[in-house]
Amino acid sequence: MLGLAIEIPYWGQSLLRVLGGIVAVLLPAGTIVYLFLFKMMSFMQSRLGPMEAGPYGSMQLFAEVGKWLQKEDIAPEAADVRIFKMAPIIVLVSTFLLVAVVPFGPDAYFTNFEVGVFYALAVGSVSVIGILIAGWASANKYSLLGGLRAAGQLIAYELPMVLAVVGVVIQAGTMNLQGIVVAQNTGEIFGFAGIGFPFVITQFVGFIIFMIAVQAELTQAPFDMPIAESELVSGYMTEYSGFRFLMFFIGEFATAGVFAFIASVLFLGGWGIPFAWFGWEGLADVPNWMNVAGPLIMFAKMLLLTFIIMWVRFSYPRFREDQLQTFAWKILIPVSLLNIAVTAIIKVAV
Amino acid sequence: MPKVPGLIKGLGVTFGTLVRTAKEGANTVQYPHEKEAPPIRARGVIALREDNCTACMLCARSCPDWCIYIEGHKQLAPPRRAGGKPRQVNHLDRFDIDYALCMYCGICVEVCPFDALFWSPEYEYSEPRIADLLHDKDKLGEWMETVPEAPELEAGAEKKK
Amino acid sequence: MTVLSDRQQLSYIAAQAADARLNVELETEGMTLNIGPQHPATHGTLRIIAHLDGEQVVWAEPSCGYMHRGYEKLTEVRTFPQVTTLINRIDWLGSFANEVPFILAAEKLMEIEAPPRAQYIRTILFELSRIANVSLFLGDLGVQMGAITPVFLAFRDREYVLNLIEGATGGRFHPNFDRIGGLKDDLPKGWIDETRQVMRKLRGFCDEIEDLLFGNEIFQSRMRGIGVIPADVAKSFGLSGANARASGIDWDLRRDQVLPMAWDKVDFKVWTHPDGDCFARCWIRLQETREATKIVDQLLDDLPPGPVMAKVPRIIKVPAGEAWVATENPLGEMGYYVVSKGDLGPFRVKIRSASFNNISVVPWVLKGVYVPDIITILASLYFILGDIDR
Repeated sequence: MLGLAIEIPYWGQSLLRVLGGIVAVLLPAGTIVYLFLFKMMSFMQSRLGPMEAGPYGSMQLFAEVGKWLQKEDIAPEAADVRIFKMAPIIVLVSTFLLVAVVPFGPDAYFTNFEVGVFYALAVGSVSVIGILIAGWASANKYSLLGGLRAAGQLIAYELPMVLAVVGVVIQAGTMNLQGIVVAQNTGEIFGFAGIGFPFVITQFVGFIIFMIAVQAELTQAPFDMPIAESELVSGYMTEYSGFRFLMFFIGEFATAGVFAFIASVLFLGGWGIPFAWFGWEGLADVPNWMNVAGPLIMFAKMLLLTFIIMWVRFSYPRFREDQLQTFAWKILIPVSLLNIAVTAIIKVAV
Repeated sequence: MPKVPGLIKGLGVTFGTLVRTAKEGANTVQYPHEKEAPPIRARGVIALREDNCTACMLCARSCPDWCIYIEGHKQLAPPRRAGGKPRQVNHLDRFDIDYALCMYCGICVEVCPFDALFWSPEYEYSEPRIADLLHDKDKLGEWMETVPEAPELEAGAEKKK
Repeated sequence: MTVLSDRQQLSYIAAQAADARLNVELETEGMTLNIGPQHPATHGTLRIIAHLDGEQVVWAEPSCGYMHRGYEKLTEVRTFPQVTTLINRIDWLGSFANEVPFILAAEKLMEIEAPPRAQYIRTILFELSRIANVSLFLGDLGVQMGAITPVFLAFRDREYVLNLIEGATGGRFHPNFDRIGGLKDDLPKGWIDETRQVMRKLRGFCDEIEDLLFGNEIFQSRMRGIGVIPADVAKSFGLSGANARASGIDWDLRRDQVLPMAWDKVDFKVWTHPDGDCFARCWIRLQETREATKIVDQLLDDLPPGPVMAKVPRIIKVPAGEAWVATENPLGEMGYYVVSKGDLGPFRVKIRSASFNNISVVPWVLKGVYVPDIITILASLYFILGDIDR
């Protein structure tokens, strides 16, 4: 994992990976919840948000987690108890699997996977299963409606997401996320290497589609149809309480963080700073300190993207179910197909 | 000027509020630490001036949900002038208001012919036990300290006699 | 018990089996969804029984009465001054407006009229309670649509109005300020200036909500063309207030009847909308809030001096008779039919509250819509549970 001077045995490396994974999932989730859900939302509504726990309410999240952990673990009588209890774990696990391919630095990655993009998009849809069985196993009509809506929505938006990423893959010529980062940071625009070559410039349409699809995958407003608290009470989460609800909650915001990581890798240049600044030729030249600076850069980019996600969430009303599907199938998918075609033609022509 | 799409405008409103809150502070008050002063006329709690009360029962009778309990007895008071006859006055034994029932309508204050009841804007008297919301005449008397002067009236109002 | 012959039994079983097969092949089983009585969208305890086919409503019916408090009966055992403390809890968001028609009915029976200053202040407070009521609707609309910010903006700016009402009357929600023959008291000093400032703030709030919600394309796509109520249907179900005006019925009791109030002293526009859909209803309410701020401003400009209380006996006995007075309340037409037998209290009071009639159209308008649209339509019809159940 890390290019450390000492040789680490395999179990040590595994342990480091697991710890790193937990940090890479929970730290963004906590930051997003505090910074955006607690503070930014409150400020946008001209209030201050939590102020009592810790300075400026910074310990509020721990207080909430403590509260949830104390609660009784209730399963409805008619529920399919085993599956009911499994569902939040599946949702959370998909987030952990997702972070495994994200590179945070030249050597700071969990696994350097050749088809990383493919893997990320495949694993990202595992959570659909969790949500669907949560909706089904709760034995509640609202949960069922929410679960079905979630399944329909997540599958519909999986497609534009994949198609949006294809443009990036064509341009980078690799499906390896590390390779995509390097391609962005070593590239130049018309011979000017000052800002490298983040794909957001050429793939702007793809970026917008990707962010819309991410918004939908995360079931954030305006795509929060499956949760829709004013219609379906809380959708597939209606019957959950205590730490199982907490898992859904962490899963929601951790996935937001991880998807923002992936988006920043795909479109914003990932952990890298343009290599030309320091005269690096390739990945081999990148010094070791980037393993520390890289994650920080990623973190900043993640915050920027989640800020946009949350900003939209706090401002917009939600779509209706059929409008949401129409939007995915009739607008996003054709546009992303067009984007792929144009990208491919230019790639071949140039 | 081309029309700005509503989606962008909406984002502008939330961001504008964010900036305003960061710059000018929130519209909310951090309650236990800072408190808002209620208006002078606010109907918070009823205060009793015991000396003025004659136990005439008007307030208890006009209360829409009968939450005022009054008991009194007649007794002889020393005469006003030396050598006069002793007066017969009503002495107040019990004057309770059950704030668990009270609707804060203010009719009792209004009907009182002897100026014995007043509104105070004080509002922090919640109790863990509902029975403690029954305020007796001593407690109602303590509220007298918090009763403000009646506010001046707006221009054009007719003076009260 | 009649014994069926074998042949009959067989044909009966065959017919049942055929029916069952047809149901399995052609139709999906319906589902009955109870929205409420405890549900976030019904803001209160209204229950909508919806029979669904997939996400489509086949049949829906509101079931109300979970919050029935029996005001019509309660008023019979109260004296006239006590009644106002009860009835301002009917529509708890626009509470002052509930007192006015009852007091007007009692005054009509007693053949007295409040002095002009009292009429003006009554009208001002009436419009303030309209603003307090409808601004919360505008915020709540966002919550029903899934936007969380508007409701906080609404509470923020509604707070100013409530402070004004509290400053003048002493009660934030339940003013109990209206008396037979006038008002309890005059306005406190400085109230007029403060009101002018607040009205300016509220016009800003209306602009904000318009930018945040009404201009939003998602909001419009959710609202336009949904839950259309044509004018004749609106009339036949007895809709009133903004719901009727959104269907193109140009009818406003503030303008169309003569009352001892000050509405005829100001000029204001009665907004109507030809569409009759959800968007029209919400848009009408937004415009009405703006109009209300203008009405308040105009009334403050020429507030006449004088007393606020007519000469009334200390113990009020209303002469025998019957009177009906209705006003244009925030939710629609609200009226009281007061029967007096010359006692201290009314003999019988019939309350016509707007929400009860406004939700009677729900079974008609919900037929064939999708589940998310149920919420949109209910939100746009705008009811207060206390106003439905009384």
